[in-house]
Amino acid sequence: MTTEAQAQPHVQHPNYVKVWAILVALLVVSVAGSMTHIREVVLVAAFGVAVVKAYLVAKNFMHITVEKRWVPYLLIVCLLFVFILFAGVAPDVMRHSGLHWTNPSANQASQPAGEGAKRE
Amino acid sequence: MSAQMEHSEPGVLKKYLWSTDHKVIAMQYLFTGMAMALLGGFFAYGFRMQLGFPDHSVPGLGLITPGKYNALVTMHGSIMIFWVAMPVLVAAFGNFLIPLMVGCDDMAFPRINRLSYQIFLLSVLVLLASFFVKGGPFGGAWTAYPPLSANGAYNLTPAGAVMWLLAVALEFVAFLLGGINFTVTAMNSRAPGMKMYDIPILVWMIVLANVIFMASVGPLIAGAIMLLFDQTMATGFYDPTRGGDPLLWQHLFWFFGHPEVYVVLLPAMGIVAEIIAVFARKKIFGYKTVLYTAWAVGFLSFVVWAHHQFVAGIDPRMANIFSITTLLISIPIAEMVFLYIATLYGGSIHLDTPMLWALGFVVEFLIGGVTGIFLGSSGTDIYLHDTYFLIAHFHYTFVPIAIIATFAGITFWYPKMFGRMLNETLGKIHFWGTIIPFNVIFIPLFITGIAGDQRRVYNYALFAEQSRPELQHLRTMSTIALLFMLAFQLVFLFNFFWSFRHGKEAGSNPWRSATLEWTVPSPPPHGNFAQMPTVYRGPYEYGLPGHAEDFVPQNVPDSALAGEVKA
Amino acid sequence: MSATAKPLANTRNGTGIPTARLITWWVIASEIVIFGGLLASYVMHRIGHPEWAEAASHTNTWAGAFNTFVLLTSSLCAVLAHKAADAHDGPRAAKLLRLTSLGGLIFLCVKGFEWTADIHEGFVLSSGGFWSFYYTLAGLHGLHVLAGMIIMLIVAADAAKNEELQRVECIGLYWHFVDIVWIFLFPLLYIAR
Repeated sequence: MTTEAQAQPHVQHPNYVKVWAILVALLVVSVAGSMTHIREVVLVAAFGVAVVKAYLVAKNFMHITVEKRWVPYLLIVCLLFVFILFAGVAPDVMRHSGLHWTNPSANQASQPAGEGAKRE
Repeated sequence: MSAQMEHSEPGVLKKYLWSTDHKVIAMQYLFTGMAMALLGGFFAYGFRMQLGFPDHSVPGLGLITPGKYNALVTMHGSIMIFWVAMPVLVAAFGNFLIPLMVGCDDMAFPRINRLSYQIFLLSVLVLLASFFVKGGPFGGAWTAYPPLSANGAYNLTPAGAVMWLLAVALEFVAFLLGGINFTVTAMNSRAPGMKMYDIPILVWMIVLANVIFMASVGPLIAGAIMLLFDQTMATGFYDPTRGGDPLLWQHLFWFFGHPEVYVVLLPAMGIVAEIIAVFARKKIFGYKTVLYTAWAVGFLSFVVWAHHQFVAGIDPRMANIFSITTLLISIPIAEMVFLYIATLYGGSIHLDTPMLWALGFVVEFLIGGVTGIFLGSSGTDIYLHDTYFLIAHFHYTFVPIAIIATFAGITFWYPKMFGRMLNETLGKIHFWGTIIPFNVIFIPLFITGIAGDQRRVYNYALFAEQSRPELQHLRTMSTIALLFMLAFQLVFLFNFFWSFRHGKEAGSNPWRSATLEWTVPSPPPHGNFAQMPTVYRGPYEYGLPGHAEDFVPQNVPDSALAGEVKA
Repeated sequence: MSATAKPLANTRNGTGIPTARLITWWVIASEIVIFGGLLASYVMHRIGHPEWAEAASHTNTWAGAFNTFVLLTSSLCAVLAHKAADAHDGPRAAKLLRLTSLGGLIFLCVKGFEWTADIHEGFVLSSGGFWSFYYTLAGLHGLHVLAGMIIMLIVAADAAKNEELQRVECIGLYWHFVDIVWIFLFPLLYIAR
């Protein structure tokens, strides 16, 4: 175990401006995609691009791929807990009816007015 | 080397209120937690007097109205979990012991450590201030379900509700800060030679508890912000008529709330492990298994939360899933208890006060654990939920955690913290005077609970279908037992403070323990170790054949032992 | 403050990761669950309430896109500051950190104008489910931007004197995380209709 006061460079520095340019280009793609108004294109452009951008920032700016292995694993586990939360809660909050229950306020709100309030 | 921490002798204010020394901060957390425990116990006295002797004026509190009753139970629960169990088990023992047990001079970030206590103290002050606002302290139960908690017109404590929420949020921030400090210290600052499996179990448990806390509190922080806005900014996050859902709060709360019980359980089990090893003169049976099952408990604790919501209106199919996971989690915990029992088997048992508390923990927690099975199965829970059966179950888990294990830890490490021994006779009187009444309080409550007594009801006489006068003698018996239990705490308080000056001088290792904190003077000086230790072995080398002593401290090199081996 | 002696506990390195960076990763881990919890709650409601699409159409996509650009650029400055710190060029690292902070300030100002316009149109925190989440999500994120800026300026002050250079990378890591949160907030709040 060493003692050290100054950070020893532990990463190679890539061309950061190039990475930045790619990120901006992806931003343009996502905005352009949103203007097409085709649902699948919008969603892929918005969220697919977001995932790619996040990965590029994590890899190139945060150097997460050259960090000790358990660090990205820790962060992924935290993300996993968020998904577990979603999986456990969405059946009650995202849906408005299920086995032997309904949420009439939410059902009514999500139906456009005039379609007849459909209860039960 | 202590040369890295040169100081001139600080003034009183700096020494006790502005210190960054982990031992001082530990004492701050310990004494604050103990003071809050007196308050929480006083509130329990209040509502149990109402339940045992309905509609009689309670000495010290007057007549307990419904609003007062609600505030008493809310404050009792909140205080005991957030302002007693957490600061004492996690922050006080963690702060005092982690740097000593891993062999370094302080926490990795002493100023963050100090900041965490200051934020914690602020949370205490906000909570106490809520007792004096219009409407009084929050009365919506420690679980704070909306719409009751979101709407002042419903809970009748609008200002108290907001202040309670702020106090809880501040407490979370304090423990987030403190927790990552502990984790980083345990990971990075260990003495040379202390490998992963040489770390004392208690350090592992506290670190794991902090990781669990940190990973589970986030969604509740989000939920608390939403509740705060519902309370103060007319939003409708939890209002179904405005697009929200009260179940969301429940899920966010319990997603944290269930891991939270393991956040306090694991340090308690760690304390018990340390004590059992020392007083059975035997190494922990299956150190690695204890560790791996603790990790398993930690992970599983994240997938059981909705067992608190079986009758709240969640989808019954989710109830199936959570039943299974809940029953599963009892297995690793039972495993850990088996390992402790296996540690005791064949050991040379010394029934000093700390060991009595540790054994008491195992027995009482066992009862808590098995009664949890009936609640974790959604079918039986339909009947038992929110009855006194539930209350008795969680007190048979929480009291071992927050009271029994705490006394175990205090009686064990008091000599190290204060340089004096506690009085053994008083210690034993206090032990039996706590344990026996504790059982007399809660066993009747199992019975009344199965008979159908509902919780959070201030007077059954007002509800015809719940009024069962034939059970009143059980309720009263429980109350009287509580009075005895509270009275015996005076023995502890006397022992604790009297022994500061009059206890026998302790020396550095009165219990003959092998871990590093016992190699330094009692109390340890600033900087802890005159010479930073190197570690050569695990923490539980007891009863080794052929050695003059029946234990070998972690920092003694093998060469120093060579002459000791008997021919 | 940098003259205070550090305990041995701070300089030891059992994991191979220096303590400052180690604690930064743990901070990020805890923030993932905080934002994750809030985001998950939003997503559940948004999917369950398709009628919120009307409210969502009123967010200013151009302001959001510009702010995304600003944060990406400020992240670039932050990582260039790290590179400078690695080369032991403290003054340059400080300058780049201050530029990063400036990016944060621009972000917050644009948000200020954007929210002023929204409020003038009558969309406030209590205007309905979508807007409650919108302001809470973006507001929590904005608080993190503000906190990051303040810490960054403190780190820059030390770095300018070539002191505590290891903190440059750490505040950068925090800033990149805040950037990543916005990378997901932007499509969720501004694009998804």
